[in-house]
Amino acid sequence: MSDVVELRPPLKDADVVGLTIGDRVVLQGPLYGARDAAHKKMVDLLDQGKPLPVELRGQILYYVGPTPAPPGRPIGAAGPTTSLRMDAYAPRMYEYGVKATVGKGNRNQAVIDSLVKNKAVYLVAVGGLGATLAQCIKSAKVIAYPELGTEALWEFKVENFPAIVANDSRGRDVFKEGQEAWAKKLAVA
Amino acid sequence: MRIVSTDRVRQTVRDLYKQACVVINPELKAAFAKAAKEEPSPQGREILTMLVGNSELAQRENLPMCQDTGIAVVFLELGEDVRFDKPGLLEAVNQGVREAWKEQYLRASLVKDPLRRGNTGDNTPAMVHLDLVPGDKLKIVVGAKGTGAENMSKTKIMSPSAGVEGAKQFLLETVKAAGPNACPPLVLGMGIGGNFEEVTLLAKKALYRPLGSPNKDPYYADLEKDWLAAVNRLGVGPQGLGGGTTALALHIEAKPCHIGALPVAVNIDCHAHRHKEAVL
Repeated sequence: MSDVVELRPPLKDADVVGLTIGDRVVLQGPLYGARDAAHKKMVDLLDQGKPLPVELRGQILYYVGPTPAPPGRPIGAAGPTTSLRMDAYAPRMYEYGVKATVGKGNRNQAVIDSLVKNKAVYLVAVGGLGATLAQCIKSAKVIAYPELGTEALWEFKVENFPAIVANDSRGRDVFKEGQEAWAKKLAVA
Repeated sequence: MRIVSTDRVRQTVRDLYKQACVVINPELKAAFAKAAKEEPSPQGREILTMLVGNSELAQRENLPMCQDTGIAVVFLELGEDVRFDKPGLLEAVNQGVREAWKEQYLRASLVKDPLRRGNTGDNTPAMVHLDLVPGDKLKIVVGAKGTGAENMSKTKIMSPSAGVEGAKQFLLETVKAAGPNACPPLVLGMGIGGNFEEVTLLAKKALYRPLGSPNKDPYYADLEKDWLAAVNRLGVGPQGLGGGTTALALHIEAKPCHIGALPVAVNIDCHAHRHKEAVL
């Protein structure tokens, strides 16, 4: 297991090309939250050649729809959602210049190819750690699409937000390799 | 005949959901701790330990364990000798959901229309299933079902020739395909038999049996044991990163079916596995 790498956006190619599947990272600073509905709106804007509500080149997108903030807290529970639903939009976002996305679960081949082509990475946070990950979010505000409720575009400031590199910029897949290795070990056990 | 007030139904549904999303069921927490000791993968052990920590933090801070506080699934087992003080049983359930979601700061996760979308704003309507049973009690079982696991659930009407091996392979294929997306370690509810609509309901009912409790029929209890072991040899592991803890429990429910069919359904629940129940 490698040392923990800090990622503090805006990121350049050089910040992510050295990352390998299984590497532990911590995110510091800005993190942008978006899921299905906000992605659809943003990709529509890109397709029309219009600017996004916020500059996301070099930034990290977090696939999340948090629970409402109880009084006195910046946010409620805020763990990752299933990334595969954003596979339809992710290649477009990486092509535009997003350097990393954070979610849970695996990606399709088009996303994996897009990471290689655009020198970017896909990270996973532990699904279901909603209460735990909320502690890393120090501030939260909706910056666009408030009508979507939890599905709005969010801007968070995070400290020590933990994640694991699931797909790197060389086309490797932590799930495929990890599950194949363990299926073999468990078969002979 | 016994009179139950619909207002008590509302309060009970509300209180059960406020608990279900924040306070882990003790048997589930014990299953995490046991799995954290037995899991062969160091990373898997680390994740299982995190789940225990997350459940403790959620309870201490009065926060939902997970941000997907789910769609409200409510089973009502209504004794035939129960009467209500006023009409509006379904509305009482929905009002209970509405109040729980508002008071506990849970996430409104339903849209008004599947194609035209648009959040309903209060997580209603609940998915309500009513069963008539003998007696003068009302049993209320509530589940908060996240969609990561629901999306990976599957149903199939197989030919009877597929048999017991076919049903087992369907389970294994479904879990393998779900991989990391359903948030393993999973809880698996499997329905076998009935028909197209009944088999999926059986699978969901199976989910909310006490965790790890065996089917009353020893034949199915043995299948549960064997198939759970087979699931845990798939290698999916905690969060799908590889390991020996893919599922914590498999509950099977079976019922009669047509001579020409073998319906099967696997309803997957994520590790949050939120459900509570009460009897009025």
